[in-house]
Amino acid sequence: MKSNVLTIIKKEFARFFGDRQLLFTTVIMPGLLIYIIYTVMGSGMEKMMTEGQDEVVTLRVEHLPESLTQTVLDLPGTIAVLQDVSQEEIDNLEDKDLNEVALRFPEDFDEMVATYSPQSGVAAPNVEIYYNSANNASSRVYGMLEAQLSAYEDQMSNRFDINRADTEEDRYDMASQDDVVGSILSKLIPMLILMLLFSGVMAIAPSSIAGEKERGTIATLLVTPMRRNELAIGKVVSLSGIALLSGISSFIGILLSLPKMIPADAAGVELGLNYTFTDYLVLLLIILATVLIMASAVSLLSAMAKDVKNAGTMVTPFMLVVMFCGLMPMFQSHVPEGIGAYLVPFYNSIQTMTAVFAHEMKWLPVAATLCSNVVYTGVAVWGLTRMFNSERVMFSR
Amino acid sequence: MDNTEILKAEGLSKTFTLSRKQQKIERTDAKRKTAVDALSFSAYRGEIFGLLGPNGAGKTTTLRMLSTLIKPDSGDAWLDGCSVVSQPEEVRGKIGFLTSELKLEDFFTPNYLFDFFSRLHHVDETTCKERKQRMFARFGIDKFAEVKVANLSTGMKQKLSLVISLVHNPDIIIFDEPTNGLDVLTARTVTDYLQELRSEGKTIILSTHIFSLVERLCDRVGVIIDGRMTVCGTLQEVCGGISLEDRFFEIYKEQKGGEE
Repeated sequence: MKSNVLTIIKKEFARFFGDRQLLFTTVIMPGLLIYIIYTVMGSGMEKMMTEGQDEVVTLRVEHLPESLTQTVLDLPGTIAVLQDVSQEEIDNLEDKDLNEVALRFPEDFDEMVATYSPQSGVAAPNVEIYYNSANNASSRVYGMLEAQLSAYEDQMSNRFDINRADTEEDRYDMASQDDVVGSILSKLIPMLILMLLFSGVMAIAPSSIAGEKERGTIATLLVTPMRRNELAIGKVVSLSGIALLSGISSFIGILLSLPKMIPADAAGVELGLNYTFTDYLVLLLIILATVLIMASAVSLLSAMAKDVKNAGTMVTPFMLVVMFCGLMPMFQSHVPEGIGAYLVPFYNSIQTMTAVFAHEMKWLPVAATLCSNVVYTGVAVWGLTRMFNSERVMFSR
Repeated sequence: MDNTEILKAEGLSKTFTLSRKQQKIERTDAKRKTAVDALSFSAYRGEIFGLLGPNGAGKTTTLRMLSTLIKPDSGDAWLDGCSVVSQPEEVRGKIGFLTSELKLEDFFTPNYLFDFFSRLHHVDETTCKERKQRMFARFGIDKFAEVKVANLSTGMKQKLSLVISLVHNPDIIIFDEPTNGLDVLTARTVTDYLQELRSEGKTIILSTHIFSLVERLCDRVGVIIDGRMTVCGTLQEVCGGISLEDRFFEIYKEQKGGEE
């Protein structure tokens, strides 16, 4: 019995270690990918944390007490402290492009804190910090201020409050509802769309191309007078169409379930999808261009594969790269400015969709994304045509 | 058969690069293998031409080059005046090609597949309908026209493959091992139909290693060994009074220098 077990084990090992592709995808690739993904994610997070440190943030302060003057003035980063805050300046914080924070202390803050008794039943002095969560620099300075004041509050045995909300109208995050919703959606939805489109493509492309090769049905097509490029275009367009239907179905599901997924209380705002017809149109065009390039790329890999299983193995690294692109918006506060970023397939789609959801859409990046994706699809279709023409690829065993 | 040359192959050659796996199978250190070596032959309208040879002789490669599935490294072949090298689409429009490697999608019905391949061959709807009716009745497929291929018997699938390869009523029909893997009844149906096609003036090129099939069907035969055409002519010319099998082994020994 022991020798039979050993024989089976040896056979399984021989099968596994004899297949270089399987060995690579099973043993080497996961570690390699984790290393690459975590390294890039780490660098993204570092960039996100340090982003905006060089930007000048205007900190408007009213009634800055002596006890905290040094703390405020010593805050790290480039902060311009201006005394006195008007209501108009606080209202201006709604503009997420302004790197501003407003800090308002009660008059005679030090004296009030010194004489305050928590047992008195009277509300403690309140320090108000107004900021904009949709502005990275503003959020960063708010975080620092909040941390410093909390430490001082602990030191003073909780003799004052920070951003106390006595009524529903008390609001310190001045970001507009659109900006908050946009910020949430721009981090979630593009990634979801990409994943859903990819799963749609994966469900059909390997079977349609590698499967046809495996079943011997593609050769039957290749002996008809049809041109190889007609076959390639027909395959890519039909696969894109089906994947798009699958993606649209999932997308509708997302839109309908979003308010349930992020309850209004948890988000701190009421979710309202305040997007224009142009936003939706651009989104649709980007999705179309993305699904085209996705279907053509997966088709290309499937054409290289010997069978459906092999196609799955070949597509996996590609899928991880695409998913990784989908994660990028989570580690950034703004979409890239340079046009070069919009020429990188998948990354460009993610960034453009992020811009649409974050209300930061500009036409040049949209045009660059659409045009480059169409060009890449053309190149992939050309490659697929070459593969359909290649006897080594189509009839290899 | 008339004397119109409908197929002319001139110096067809094909060499394959062997992978390590294939080198092991072939038991050779050579990285390249010549499958077909300067092969030339002609076929005439209304004849059945047989390519006879052992396994690995280059028969299938030759037929694949003729059907434009693969390109010759050198040489060319003209089918009804169209070059396999420079006019592959036109060639594919003129031929019907059938091999056991070509399969039909299990998901579809014979009815759908006949229409689908007719469209790819630009057959007009009326002709397609009439031809479908006739061929389905001829092969007994009409009763299964709406049954998915997956649910057809093996014999019925093979008959359907034959029918589908002829949706456009081609003048040249290329069959790689036409009776390979067929049950006796289906094999008989196929061979009978090949004779019927010949009587309609079609030219049939078939490859086989079955002597009796050549003797029963072919007007002319070419013997391929190691990718080279060793003899080519009518059965009478090739055999010279002895059986085809005996003649084949004589030729084989001559070519291989006595080895069996």
